[in-house]
Amino acid sequence: MFDDIKTADMTYVGKKAGRPDMVEKLTGEAVFVSDMELPGMLHAQLKKSPHARARIKRIDASKAAAMPGVRAVVTGEELDYHIGLYIVDKFILAKGEVRHYGEAVAAVAAETLEQARAAVEAIEVEYEPLPPVLHHMDALKPDAPLVHPELGTYSYIEAVFTPKPGTNIANHTKLRKGDVDKGFEASEYIVEREYSCPSVQHVPMETHVAIVQWARGDRVSIWTSAQSPFTVRNLFCHAFGLPHINVRVQIPYVGGGFGGKAGIGIEPLCAVLSRKAGGKPVKFQASREEEFSLLPCRSALTYRIKTGVSADGRIQAQHMTMYWDSGAYADYAVNVTRASGFSASGPYEIPNAWVDAYTIYTNKPYGTAYRGFGHVEFHWAVERHMELIAQAIGMDPLEFRLRNALRPGSKTMTGETILPSTGNVVKCIEEAARMIGYGSLSADELRRQEKTGWKIGKGVAALQKAPAMPSFTATAVVLKMNEDGSVLVNLALTDYGQGTYASIRQIVAERLGFPIEKVKVAFENDTDRDPYDWQTVASKGLLLSGNAAILAAEDMLRNAYAVAAEALRANPRDLGHDGDRVFVKHHPASSVAFSAMAVGLAMPNGNGIGGPIIGVGRYIAQGLSNLDKNTGEGSPAIDWTYGAHGMIVEVNEATGEYRVLKVASVYDVGRAINPDIVRGQAIGGMIQGLGTAVCEGYIYDQQGRLLNPSFTDNKIPTAKDLPMEIECAVVETPQIDGPYGARGVGEHSMISVAPALGNAIQKATGAEIMHMPMRFEDVWRALTKKEPIDNWITKSPIGSCRSAPEARNRG
Amino acid sequence: MRIKLTVNGLAYERECAEHVTLLRFLREGLGLTGTKEGCGMGECGACTVILNGRAVNSCMVLAVEADGAVISTIEGEAQGPSLSDIQKAFEKHHAVQCGFCTPGMVMSVKELLADNGKPGVDEVKEAIEGNFCRCTGYVQIVEAVMDLTGRPGGKGELEHV
Repeated sequence: MFDDIKTADMTYVGKKAGRPDMVEKLTGEAVFVSDMELPGMLHAQLKKSPHARARIKRIDASKAAAMPGVRAVVTGEELDYHIGLYIVDKFILAKGEVRHYGEAVAAVAAETLEQARAAVEAIEVEYEPLPPVLHHMDALKPDAPLVHPELGTYSYIEAVFTPKPGTNIANHTKLRKGDVDKGFEASEYIVEREYSCPSVQHVPMETHVAIVQWARGDRVSIWTSAQSPFTVRNLFCHAFGLPHINVRVQIPYVGGGFGGKAGIGIEPLCAVLSRKAGGKPVKFQASREEEFSLLPCRSALTYRIKTGVSADGRIQAQHMTMYWDSGAYADYAVNVTRASGFSASGPYEIPNAWVDAYTIYTNKPYGTAYRGFGHVEFHWAVERHMELIAQAIGMDPLEFRLRNALRPGSKTMTGETILPSTGNVVKCIEEAARMIGYGSLSADELRRQEKTGWKIGKGVAALQKAPAMPSFTATAVVLKMNEDGSVLVNLALTDYGQGTYASIRQIVAERLGFPIEKVKVAFENDTDRDPYDWQTVASKGLLLSGNAAILAAEDMLRNAYAVAAEALRANPRDLGHDGDRVFVKHHPASSVAFSAMAVGLAMPNGNGIGGPIIGVGRYIAQGLSNLDKNTGEGSPAIDWTYGAHGMIVEVNEATGEYRVLKVASVYDVGRAINPDIVRGQAIGGMIQGLGTAVCEGYIYDQQGRLLNPSFTDNKIPTAKDLPMEIECAVVETPQIDGPYGARGVGEHSMISVAPALGNAIQKATGAEIMHMPMRFEDVWRALTKKEPIDNWITKSPIGSCRSAPEARNRG
Repeated sequence: MRIKLTVNGLAYERECAEHVTLLRFLREGLGLTGTKEGCGMGECGACTVILNGRAVNSCMVLAVEADGAVISTIEGEAQGPSLSDIQKAFEKHHAVQCGFCTPGMVMSVKELLADNGKPGVDEVKEAIEGNFCRCTGYVQIVEAVMDLTGRPGGKGELEHV
């Protein structure tokens, strides 16, 4: 969809444009599901497991059921529905056995929240605690307890995934390229290291919430804070065996998602309560603690990389083994594993590659998509590894990266050839380095170092990501013209904060040639009204829906021109238009207004022509294929967005404390449709990446209880944690099949922030950190050559955080 | 018990149970759902309102404690049909993404500017430190406030290289 038009020659694309959701959100008028109440609505609360693994011997809910206001009580025993997208391995409520701390075993719906809480307290559950398997590396041992003994009976997408029944391996993704043995033989240096990171929480400010009404005739209405209305509907219908026509999913404003609200979540639970309560709507909103322990998180990762490098610093071979901790359920983690497997090297050319990526069940809260879809975690390893290889072979890390970076003509690990239009990672790396003055300290920096005694270091890290989605992912956009000639845009791609609707609006206005004020993108998505979209995930929204929007605009103009041609007795080829009317090019006074045609044109004698003007645009990913299950070869990527971060940090070598002085981020976005939104994504993701890099992570005790399911003990960055300086830039190598050349950047800003920081810390002090996050004590341990400690499954919770817990006292 | 209070200039008198928080009273009792709950534990700031001139986490205040109080919430921020200066600055600087933290964020900024018309960057960061935002990374929010007050630090642009 790329027409070679310069940004300067366009009216809206690439220009400043406001977001269409601002007034509602700034006035408190925007309605989120949290804010909704329906007539007769009941409130749900859950009974949750205090054990990581236990057999449920008995549940007695009889007292709860008899309590005032209680309208429905359900336990896992009475529900026989499996839920899932990629591997269908989860019950709505635990059945027979609980598999993680905080898992729900029973649920209550009552007239008031207080009544529901009291009833949950009255439910008696007798457990037989079983030894949990907590660390994913322990779960691979032959004598490890099986988290899912029934793995062999689950349905899954067989063309893509490979579960190993009888083990805790939910999926094994393989990639084999070239001959790694020969590559290692040809290498002068071999560097082998292991890297890791713990599970973290997405922390959407609005916790998961849904209202479901299972009405008579099995007609189900769902209002949910979710990312993907059609996937919620599809998985819901599959789970309950309902016709799609019976189920309607509506999504109003959503308070953040970051992947945690992809797929399906708490909707089935509300549904079974509503059904049992005779069709009254049931609302459940997760508490913040439940958001940490009941709802999914990001998988932990252990990543071993062995790399062979020639004397001149070229990678000859790389052996990569990823161990992904899916937690108790692997529905989404299997696809994180797949997408990470084919991208596992980062943006570098690896002539001989061998990847084994495992998804491993453990008795912990389960992993799902989280901004970057595995790439934040494995780039931590890859980009620290590049730094450590460079050090081992005595080459500057920047030079080593540039020598091995993908360029036109390079082959990716899956065998794709990089084209000049694929994007320019070399330029991203070079610009990020330039923006931080890589390689030396300025006079100011030297003076600062002298004054503070803290060592200043500079590091870079590069990144790549393609959308992780089915090869046939599709979407559609429908434009409807209003009576005054303005245009309403309907799509089921959701905008839960990322700003895609602002960009879609610009694209539609640009292609129609209409003033942007005449274009409205409808918030509040609805499967009964909007055309299909697969999911709002993967940084694919702008590319796929942007293309569909262009096609819809062209269709709308074609339809309007057909009516105008008939009315004006002109050939459509001789017509032109502006924002108000269609006219005959060689006789501009002969024209007909869009407003006159919008709902059907009435001729002076009363005859009608045309009908309501609409435009339909459909787009499906093209040229993608499933990867060969034995070699990993194929075409998984509709586009690759490349980028790099440069980081300046100052470190107190005595204590391990550090401050980030500057972050410079560069992405090849193809074309920045809305520069302020690109910058918002760039900064927002980078700060989220710093949270992951600096302090966030799940901490468990030896029994698998989550010790820090709150903001008191699991800090996220605040305004006071901002780096002193932030600079964002884009390279614009147009994506030939992107809308006006654009490609996605929503997730990328979070990727490789951590290794850029780790590399800068290493440059400043020599500290070699392989485990994320890098808390001050972790840096201190590395500086004093103490063994890193596993703070993530520990008896003594000693995790601390950079953001001091001295929040303002507000009475 | 029965409480009387003034919210956004309007007087209200209501029966209210002792255990109900001010947050829940505003949302469920008065239908003012602009104020959000993000954690219910006084950590995230999504429920920030101004109570007798001070920004407070309304999830940590009992409604009965607010008997007789004067309260401002996000619903009272716009000036009739047009946005307030703070809201306009947020709009101009793309200081909103998902919008869930926005009402509380605006209230914290309002309290800051009532006390200090020309805050420095560090004072702005201090003022909104108790308001978590997971989307924006705060920078465009700080820029909006600095631009509004005419101090340096209100400009930030995407570079094209």
